[in-house]
Amino acid sequence: MSNPATISTNVAVDAVKDDLQLSTERGPRPKPFFTTNRIILYSILVVACLYYLFPLYVMIVTSFKTMPEIRFGNIFAPPVEFTGEAWAKAWASACTGLTCQGLSPGFWNSVKILIPSVIVSTSVAAVNGYALVNWRFKGSEIFFSILIFGSFIPYQVMIYPLVIITRELNIFGSIWAVILVHMVFGMPILTLLFRNYFASLPVELFKAARVDGAGFWRIFFEIMLPMSLPIIVVALILQVTGIWNDFLFGVVFAGTQNYPMTVQLNNIVNSAQGSPEYNVNMAATILTGLVPLVIYFISGRLFVRGIAAGAVKG
Amino acid sequence: MQTSVSIRDLSLNFGHVKVLEHLNLDIKDGEFLVLLGPSGCGKSTLLNCIAGLLDLSDGEIHISGKNVTWKEPKDRGIGMVFQSYALYPQMSVERNLSFGLRVAGMKKEEVDKRIARAAEMLQIEPLLKRKPANLSGGQRQRVAIGRALVRDVDVFLFDEPLSNLDAKLRADLRVEIKRLHHRLKNTMIYVTHDQVEAMTLADRIAIMKGGVIQQLDNPHAIYNKPVNLFVAGFIGSPSMNFIDGTLAGRVVKADGIDVPVDRYDFAPETGNFSGDIVLGIRPEHVMVGEAAASQPVQFESELEIIEPMGSDTIGWTSFAGQTFKFRCDSEVPLEEGQKLRLGFDPARASMFDAQSSERI
Repeated sequence: MSNPATISTNVAVDAVKDDLQLSTERGPRPKPFFTTNRIILYSILVVACLYYLFPLYVMIVTSFKTMPEIRFGNIFAPPVEFTGEAWAKAWASACTGLTCQGLSPGFWNSVKILIPSVIVSTSVAAVNGYALVNWRFKGSEIFFSILIFGSFIPYQVMIYPLVIITRELNIFGSIWAVILVHMVFGMPILTLLFRNYFASLPVELFKAARVDGAGFWRIFFEIMLPMSLPIIVVALILQVTGIWNDFLFGVVFAGTQNYPMTVQLNNIVNSAQGSPEYNVNMAATILTGLVPLVIYFISGRLFVRGIAAGAVKG
Repeated sequence: MQTSVSIRDLSLNFGHVKVLEHLNLDIKDGEFLVLLGPSGCGKSTLLNCIAGLLDLSDGEIHISGKNVTWKEPKDRGIGMVFQSYALYPQMSVERNLSFGLRVAGMKKEEVDKRIARAAEMLQIEPLLKRKPANLSGGQRQRVAIGRALVRDVDVFLFDEPLSNLDAKLRADLRVEIKRLHHRLKNTMIYVTHDQVEAMTLADRIAIMKGGVIQQLDNPHAIYNKPVNLFVAGFIGSPSMNFIDGTLAGRVVKADGIDVPVDRYDFAPETGNFSGDIVLGIRPEHVMVGEAAASQPVQFESELEIIEPMGSDTIGWTSFAGQTFKFRCDSEVPLEEGQKLRLGFDPARASMFDAQSSERI
């Protein structure tokens, strides 16, 4: 059937060839760069960019200035005398309350809090999510609803009960109290994250593994976990930024010796003694914000899409 | 012959929805049984019950003479092949095949031996080091079959294994599954909604609808003697012509036309039926033109539409005021609007009680 159709089309083309040569539209449609829409779009983007980057610029510039220069005004000008003294002071010798060791003890406290909380909460949540999707038990949906409900309750409501609980556990005022609290509060949202991720994996993979004789842990470690890299990265980013930036739990539960970096930053910035050292404050703030920033840049590269590709039809 | 899989009184409910109800099925050792039906008829659910991936609400399942109703999937002596292949994406083909054996703690030499045998059978030796993502659909499904093969099971379960493949690959792999069955002589249970797969592969077909097996028989009987209107309409492409009429004595009256059905093979228990019936004639049993002259029932009709399929042609006409399709060789000269002489033999037709839709 297709042959006669093709022939007749060719005849038609011959007949109108002259008409066709007049036309100028051919090939891909041209895409001019400077159109009104684009100019508007990019202007808005540039303005938004400046809006966010300008404060950061001021912070960086100020942190490399000396105090006399700052007092002189001109907060937008680059430093005349470039110095890293403020950074050194913020790290090692600024006064945070009674001690004057800078932010460094706080940094290590934060690290000590961060590592166990992130590891434990992520792994427990991964197992939770996996069990909730693949090993449904009686009441698993209700269990999940209660867990999710937990993530909508404001933290402040639960602080007093938690203080009592940690006191009874004899860990109040120690690093373990903060770790415990972070683990508990990380659980709902991480479980939701893992549950939804595992639910998106083809259930037939799980069935196939069961027919192959694998049990709960074997399927988890050998089938599910190797496919979970993208969601683990997401969970890590969430937890690391969340726990690192936490102020409330640190100040309540940690005890003075174990204050995390955020609490010590606050103590430096809000210290009532002497005149405020803006350059040290700026340097200390940037130092504190550095960890989540680094995590973001490293792990962003690890976002591997399509790990599960090839498991089902491609 | 010994039964390989026996299903006794199986019921399955999801909440208040009854998916399967009091289902009984016996599958002979070495038989190729196809569960065929439209989507949502419970055929995949039944297969999952046999595999042990779903808990029953009631009933028993026996495999190879053992009651496996409460057994784990791995202890049932079954291997399963899924529609989406379900290959473990992070493992090479070789490790995909060996996963079940490694879980069972089998010795390395034995594992290697079995993989070599399965790979040879399915011609996937060159693929053993690759990851599933680097395989084509057909290759993936071979590996999935291989994964069931290496476990040396009594019963193979196939859950629409060819549905994700394109038409040509589907035909190729279909033959290969049949060849595999001839070679292994295992019991195979195969779920599909594709009637061609069912007809070509099956020793027996179980046609399901609404969780109930409508007819369980060999492909020949299913095609020629469908037990009810559903089976008659489901099997065959283009589907069977259904003509509403009334049976009195040995004559069907339809829209003033008398169709003598003395040659029809009535079921013994319904031999004296009279009343409203549906007469079913397969389009491929209708003769056209001169060939119609030899047929017991003949009539003339105007040709409305022609559908050329290449190998043959389907014509749409009417009979007794109702749509009537026929299928003829593509060399027969046909023209839309032309008057045609058509004929058929009631001996090859089917008749159904219009009320109960059962065969008479």
